[in-house]
Formats: sequence, C-alpha cells, structure tokens
Amino acid sequence: MAVFLCTGYVQIMLIYLNEKQIEIKNGGHLYALREQNKADADLLIVNGYPASTDQELHAGDHVTMIQQGEQPSAEELESLMMARHTPGVHEKVKQGCVGIAGAGGLGSHVAIALARVGIGQLNIADFDIVEPSNLNRQQYFIDQIGMPKVHALRDNLQRINPGTKIKIFNQKVTAENLADFFGDVEILVEAFDAADQKAMLTNTFLCNFPEKYLVAASGVAGYEASNSIRTTKVTEHFYLCGDGITAAEPGRGLMAPRVGIAAHHQANAVLQLLLNKVPG
Amino acid sequence: MQLTINGNVKEYQDQLTVLQLLQHLQLSQERVVVELNREILSADLHIDTELKSGDTLELVQFVGGG
Repeated sequence: MAVFLCTGYVQIMLIYLNEKQIEIKNGGHLYALREQNKADADLLIVNGYPASTDQELHAGDHVTMIQQGEQPSAEELESLMMARHTPGVHEKVKQGCVGIAGAGGLGSHVAIALARVGIGQLNIADFDIVEPSNLNRQQYFIDQIGMPKVHALRDNLQRINPGTKIKIFNQKVTAENLADFFGDVEILVEAFDAADQKAMLTNTFLCNFPEKYLVAASGVAGYEASNSIRTTKVTEHFYLCGDGITAAEPGRGLMAPRVGIAAHHQANAVLQLLLNKVPG
Repeated sequence: MQLTINGNVKEYQDQLTVLQLLQHLQLSQERVVVELNREILSADLHIDTELKSGDTLELVQFVGGG
C-alpha cells in the first residue's frame, strides 16, 4: 500500500495564461488549467506551439487558450495574436520603433510583416498614390486605387494589428526632411524604387545617424532565382537584401514573389536586430 | 597605392580621389554608397577626399526596383 506524506503546504509556480501571470500548483497540467479557466477553449498553445495532448506545465510557461470564432476583447487580442511567437519575442518587439521609407512593393510587405509580428511603432513615408500597376506586387486593394499609399497602408495595417502605432508622412523623402520623419526610429528600412533615391537615403541616414541601423534592398526584379536573394552585412550598421545586381529595366519587371522575398528578408533583418541577433 | 575594395586588394599607380576611383570603376556616383575606413563617406565629400595607401573601402552600387 502506498503511503503519501503530507508536507503541509502545496508548492506553487508562476505561469502565463493569455499573457497574464497566474499561480498554479506545481506539476499542474494543461487540461486541468483549461477546465478551471476556459472550459470551452478548443485551441491550446504552449510556448508558441499548439498542444494536441495534455501535458505537465512548468514554471514560466506561456499558455494561450482560444475559443475558435470568438471575438476577443481588445486587451486579450494582443496576447492571442502573438500566441504563435517564439516566447519572449513579443515583449521586445513591441518596444521597437522602425521607419519605412517608401510604401511600394518592398515597404508595403515589410510594414505588414512587422505589424503582424507586433512591432510597437512604424513611421511610414511615401508621396505616391495607389495605381492599378502597383497591384501586381504591392499590398493594396482595387478599392484603394487613387488613395495616397500611406493612408491605404495605414488602413490595412490597422485591420491586421490595431496595437501597432502608425505615423505616416505623405511626402517625398529628401535629405532635408529625413530627420523629421525618421529621427525617432531605431532602424530604417530603405524601400524605394529608384537607385539614386536608395543611395541618397542610405548616405544621408547613415551619415546623420551613425548609431542607428539601415536595412536596404537592391536587386529584386524579375523571376530569377529565389535563392540568389541574400541578406548581407555591408558595414556595422548597414544591411543589404537582394541579389545586388538584378535591376528593374526594360524587359525585366517587378513581380510579387521576388519583391516579396526581398521584403521579407528586410523584415526578418529588422526582427533580428530588435532581438539583438546579427541579421543573415 | 594599395587599396582594399570590398575585401579585394588592388594596386593603383596614380593618386586618386574617391570620385576618381568611382569613375575608374565605372560606378555611378548618384547610385553608390561609399564606406571609407569603416565610416560612411557623405556623397558631397567624394570629390575632395584623397585616397591614401592602406585605405579600406566598401562600395555598394544600388540597382533600381522595389
């Protein structure tokens, strides 16, 4: 016959349930936690990964419980949206402030990726309006044709993640106004189309703000190899995404897949910098 | 004069400014970013900056598209 010793107290541990810190009994299990807190939840996520069976929980675990189809309250939304993140990412990323110079094929994709990842603030500058010829690669919709891109992009970003603060500048970026638009960012994404504008932005930004980072793109056109697009460290604070050579020119256009690959290289480089990792 | 350009060591007979080097390499000054000895060199200084033996340069010429 087994003998149980009673120690007189139950040890507890701290975990996070839908990003709120709670105390549970040491050795507590996932399904018991659901029973006590959200019996109707049909999606359980532990430390960023969906759990399909019951399991013992450990101190510091991040548990998210979602009832499918339920519209969460505003305060719950943030934690539910970030439930699939690697633990610890969201807390850092939501402190991040990133600039995006140009809201075209590169900038619109970068902005959406960073909003989805829960970036705290985006400063977005572009002087252009949405045109039909943009829709082959840029993150806009037919009913946004004619709108300033920064307005259309802000609308789209707010539909994805209302928690990201968006500052927009509906003007052409110049060497003179660059500091007004991007003086408060930690990292600037160069997302222009024209080569001379890319160089102007890079030169001006890195000279004026040597302590900040710039993530630029060059060589994103056509339907050449996906795998030739790389993230390269040019200097300590300057990263370049693309193949470096494939220009948009007569006979070679710009299309969603390859522009999107380069844009997501840029977005991942930003994420890596925010998480103190060397981009690559 | 010995220059290290994008990691490759090159020998040059003549004295060169940064702008002259860019012209020699057939790079467009409007599209290029120059890092000289680990600092970005402002574009308006390309014309007057004399290179000296041992200098290290990173040159990036952007191409269009985005």
